[in-house]
Amino acid sequence: MARMTGRRALFAVPVVLVVTLGVFAIAAVSPFDPVKAYAGSAALGADQETLDRLRANLGVDQSFAARWWHWLTSALGGDLGHSTVMRQPVTEVIGERLVWSALLCAVAFAAAVVAGVVLGVLAARRPGSLTDRVVTSLAYSLEAAPVFWTALLAVWLFALHWGVLPAGGLTDTGSELVTAGQVASHLVLPAGVLAVSQLPWFTLYVRQGVTDALAEDPVRGARARGIGEGTVLFGHALRSGLLPVLTLIGSRVPELITGALLVESVFSWPGIAAATVEAATAVDFPLLAALTTLATAAVLAGNLLADLLYGLFDPRVNLRDM
Amino acid sequence: MAETTVEKTAPRESGAARAAWRSRTGTRRSTRTLRLYTSVVLTGVTVLAVLVVPPLVQLDQQAVDLAAKLRPPSAAHPFGTDDVGRDLLLRCVYGLRVSLLVGVAAALTATVVGTAVGATAGALGGWVDRAVMRVVDAFSSVPHLLLGVFIVAMFRPGVWPVVASVALTHWLSTARIVRAEVLSLRARPYVDAAVSGGASRWRVAVRHLLPGVLPQAALAAVLMVPHAMWHESALSFLGLGLPTHMASLGNLIQSARGSLLAGQWWPTLFPGLFIIVPTLAVAGLAGVWRERINPRRRSELML
Repeated sequence: MARMTGRRALFAVPVVLVVTLGVFAIAAVSPFDPVKAYAGSAALGADQETLDRLRANLGVDQSFAARWWHWLTSALGGDLGHSTVMRQPVTEVIGERLVWSALLCAVAFAAAVVAGVVLGVLAARRPGSLTDRVVTSLAYSLEAAPVFWTALLAVWLFALHWGVLPAGGLTDTGSELVTAGQVASHLVLPAGVLAVSQLPWFTLYVRQGVTDALAEDPVRGARARGIGEGTVLFGHALRSGLLPVLTLIGSRVPELITGALLVESVFSWPGIAAATVEAATAVDFPLLAALTTLATAAVLAGNLLADLLYGLFDPRVNLRDM
Repeated sequence: MAETTVEKTAPRESGAARAAWRSRTGTRRSTRTLRLYTSVVLTGVTVLAVLVVPPLVQLDQQAVDLAAKLRPPSAAHPFGTDDVGRDLLLRCVYGLRVSLLVGVAAALTATVVGTAVGATAGALGGWVDRAVMRVVDAFSSVPHLLLGVFIVAMFRPGVWPVVASVALTHWLSTARIVRAEVLSLRARPYVDAAVSGGASRWRVAVRHLLPGVLPQAALAAVLMVPHAMWHESALSFLGLGLPTHMASLGNLIQSARGSLLAGQWWPTLFPGLFIIVPTLAVAGLAGVWRERINPRRRSELML
């Protein structure tokens, strides 16, 4: 187990290297000029000599590969550069914001898994029934709906029309302290919307898995032995039907990050995804590069988790073979 | 997508239940044709609206009427008006036109790139194949929207950066599909026959392998259009997409945020519906198409 984890982690290293190199290559071919971004409007009046000196000071006169290598070595030492838009070191930005994004994603993901399993089993219990058709068509419509659109409509309905939940932010505007109660009430809407955006996928896969499992011999055997319908459904069908879903959970990280990117910017949630959008609008290269690398690392960790879950939950898989 | 497995479920034992099951199969088959017809009609309406309305209807989508601003949906303005009194139905049709155009352009670019890369990897094989597929793997470990945001941020928002960013993030799946298909075609006897007949590598690839993968690539391209539209509207919503003078559906939703917070829901609701309806219609069509080109493979959930 540990050996397989280690080997997989080693495979991830070249991927991260390629991605960071690609990020620097894209920046090198783009019209983005770090000197102008650094100096701002002062660059307009500056003479060529000053600009060249600045260029040398920032290390921009080197090739992109050399800059990449410099960035990589200092990143390994814990220095990711300085964010211009946040006016902070990048590591500090990430450190402050990662907690809130992780909280949002974890709550949303857990809610999506639970609700998806319940709805999927309900739909699979009697394929073709009214429940099944309602759940399935709702799932397809939600899958097609852009998450920022659902988020805005949710804000309108819950925060403006009914006035039951706050529309955004982490705490009330007046308060200075971050209390658990306030965070919880501000978390409901963003986490709910993010969960709803992840829900269709879970529901449809659980439905598919349980429908398939209900047609298999173990279920027929359990029914023949006179075991109650609830036990058959949850003890037999769900257990084997959930297996493909469990193994795919880890591979949902990209969609979760995409959803968080949009949800956080709608609800002005002070997380890392909202910082990405801010960094992109202000072309803050050090922050963007660090966040892209972080997201890639998260996706790779998700893939690793998927493999591990597969091995843990399916006794037929031998982890040493992977 | 569910139908294929639904029919595998064994009927319940008693005669009455079996009859009920049979009758349900009948309705289900008709639901399927109904779904096909709905998809065809909706796709047709979308395409017609996008192509025909702008030249035929002599109305200016930018016509400002401050006296009639933020009117709720009514007979004169079926979708209501926005914060400067522009008719939302017209704005949505024009927005859909922009979104669809960007989506189709991006999907075509992505399909061409993906097919070229996938076919090269599959046809050459060996270390080229391994290297290319590793690069594809590396690319696909970056979340698509994040990579798109990064590319647009670096090249500044505009039409071409958006098309390029959508295309650059979407060619990966096509490349995988095409490569897998080419690998399976390469083992067929007719390719061996062509090779022993003295055909060059290039000729085998272009004349014998590529035509075989085209249906799959075309299916991938069609499925990619709604996805590219979605991607573009997300970028536009984040302020990293198209400029406001060529408003896409994402721009419309973004610019309606102010009115939404003041309590007007219609400028937000309708552009979103204009994204959902074509997406579902295309997904319905693609589902039928997929069942036709490979009826035996269990259809996956795909949107």
